[in-house]
Amino acid sequence: MSHLSAETLGRARDLVALYPHRRSALIPLCHLAQEQDGWLRPEAMEEIAGLVGVTPAEVLGTASFYDMLHTEPVGTYVVAVCTNIACMLRGAYELLEHAEDHLGVRAGQTTADGVFTLEDAECLADCGRAPCLQVNHRFFGDVTPEGFETLVADLRRGALDGEVPHHGTLLRVRRTGGLQVEPSRVEAERAASAGAAAGRANQGGKG
Amino acid sequence: MVVSEAPRIVTSRIGFEDSHTLVRYLDTGGYTGLRKALTMTPEAVAAEVDGASLLGRGGAGFPAGRKWSMLRKGPIPYLVVNGDESEPATFKDHLLLEKDPHQLVEGVVIAAYALQVARVFIYIRGEFALGLERVQAALNEAYAQGAVGRDIFGSGFSVDIVVHPGAGAYICGEETALLESLEGKRGYPRIKPPYFPAAIGLYGEPTVVNNVETMSNLPWIITNGAAAFTALGEGRSTGTRLFALAGQVRNPGVYEVEMVKTTFRDLIYAPVLGGGVLHGRELKAVIPGGVSAPWIGPAQLDTPLGQDEVAALDTMLGSGSIVVMDETTCMVRAAWRITRFFWRESCGQCTPCREGSGWLEKILRRIEDGVGREADLDLLMDTCDNLAPGVSWPPQQTTICVLGPSIPSSIASAIRMFRDDFLVHIKEGGCPHG
Ligand SMILES: Cc1cc2nc3c(=O)[nH]c(=O)nc-3n(C[C@H](O)[C@H](O)[C@H](O)COP(=O)(O)O)c2cc1C
Ligand code: SF4
Ligand code: FES
Repeated sequence: MSHLSAETLGRARDLVALYPHRRSALIPLCHLAQEQDGWLRPEAMEEIAGLVGVTPAEVLGTASFYDMLHTEPVGTYVVAVCTNIACMLRGAYELLEHAEDHLGVRAGQTTADGVFTLEDAECLADCGRAPCLQVNHRFFGDVTPEGFETLVADLRRGALDGEVPHHGTLLRVRRTGGLQVEPSRVEAERAASAGAAAGRANQGGKG
Repeated sequence: MVVSEAPRIVTSRIGFEDSHTLVRYLDTGGYTGLRKALTMTPEAVAAEVDGASLLGRGGAGFPAGRKWSMLRKGPIPYLVVNGDESEPATFKDHLLLEKDPHQLVEGVVIAAYALQVARVFIYIRGEFALGLERVQAALNEAYAQGAVGRDIFGSGFSVDIVVHPGAGAYICGEETALLESLEGKRGYPRIKPPYFPAAIGLYGEPTVVNNVETMSNLPWIITNGAAAFTALGEGRSTGTRLFALAGQVRNPGVYEVEMVKTTFRDLIYAPVLGGGVLHGRELKAVIPGGVSAPWIGPAQLDTPLGQDEVAALDTMLGSGSIVVMDETTCMVRAAWRITRFFWRESCGQCTPCREGSGWLEKILRRIEDGVGREADLDLLMDTCDNLAPGVSWPPQQTTICVLGPSIPSSIASAIRMFRDDFLVHIKEGGCPHG
């Protein structure tokens, strides 16, 4: 019985096929497993090992190097508050402290109801909107303490479900072209897009 | 104050809401550079890039054309694009990935054609969920248009481009660590020589690694020619460059300015750029080039933003990040936070970096907490000396990669420029800034 669902397995095999060497798919596959389970379960790592041709220990040893890969359960929402220099200069530690008080956990911990994991993060490359944070790797900038409370409330009542998928979901856009894809499909897409461009031209729009 | 009226080379579409779409891209001249390149020989395209003397925008500033020519003697299997952007306070590639992914794709195909590479990997920082989606969506559109894939625009040239997500590790921005990561391993930098992934790169094969902004310049260079590019800037620093301005400044953000024609002062104070220090306060220090770079003070603000001009101040333009710290900033805290970053991100392979970063962080922490001793200042400098003998610029290397020897930059800058800040902490038993 496979732990990874048929859909995840299918996507995993497509990813493996993109690389000249299977092992290159190790990290993308860990992301897929996190998308399915919210974190990287040992059962998933075993299957990933089989798919990329290494041992489960090698998958764990590699995954543990990377901050985004969680080999322990995390909350539905991982809230990463950047405290690096540019954000620190604009109140990041005050924001983090407020977040700790508001959620009732310290950085690195998960709320008792399992909804939020709070992290003290390094620079997220959104320093122009400092202090900033990410929720499941979606950006929120210029965050005030009040703004943080609103954000938490919105997440709790599902108001941001469209913007912030559950933890682990990275790319929601699937690869649809490429030399590993059936040439007939690529041809069909080209014909369709040429058709669409012609359609736009007929309407006087620019293609 | 004069702000040069240079053309916008890589940010021309940023203002459009739909700047990331193919429709907008084609409406604004998209893919004409590639079409032109495909009518030229690969050698001619490479020569054009060499002629533009485009300096790499990832941090080291090595000319892209020269890097390519070192390799073009034999077949090159792989081109890898570095979109890992994690140097603190650097956020320009983030902008390009999200707002103009087609420009990146076009640049990449031009480079692939010049190098006759059949396989490209775009390694994007894992935290950039939207950037990853935008680049994949752009690639899907480009494949459908025939701008990537088999027989591009009927030229007979084919290339496949794969988007590869990272997973959160600063060190993977270092190109050999990036290649290890792309091979599905821990991001451990490789021992040098070889100095470039040229000879032994991805899967042990010759590989070119270039930054996202470097690639994004190529469509303009091919469309307008090398001469138009070298007409901008001065000396070795040609064209424009993106600067990520952050910290205590009124209008933080990414600005594209002509190289050398703009100074630190222009960038920070011009009303159309930084708009001055936040709350009208006095400027205390500036971190140019990312946190690996030594700091500069108010007296150096009239230095032009150019590779050699900034190198003359014993620091660097590096990753194109500029952090403004105002008079209220505690320099002990600033140095501590930067050191904490290096300690958390050291890959741990080399003892001076792994142990040194931890020591330095602890000592700075205790000074900030008011339990430091005056002897701690010498201890800090001694530990820095172990990481980069002489604590000079550019640093002497004792380790596998330059992360370790970069750690002393901020500590030595803070102590040399603001020794009194440290002494006050030690004498008064705490941080005067609260
Ligand atoms: C610790 C460290 C981190 C780096 N991080 C990045 C990065 O995030 N992005 C990048 O393009 N280059 C980064 N570099 C530089 C790369 O090693 C490499 O020089 C660059 O990607 C080459 O591209 P370019 O010549 O187009 O600039 C880093 C270097 C070091 C030593
Ligand atoms: S200098 Fe530091 S980051 Fe670089 S290889 Fe050595 S331990 Fe790793
Ligand atoms: S320092 Fe916070 S996002 Fe860069």
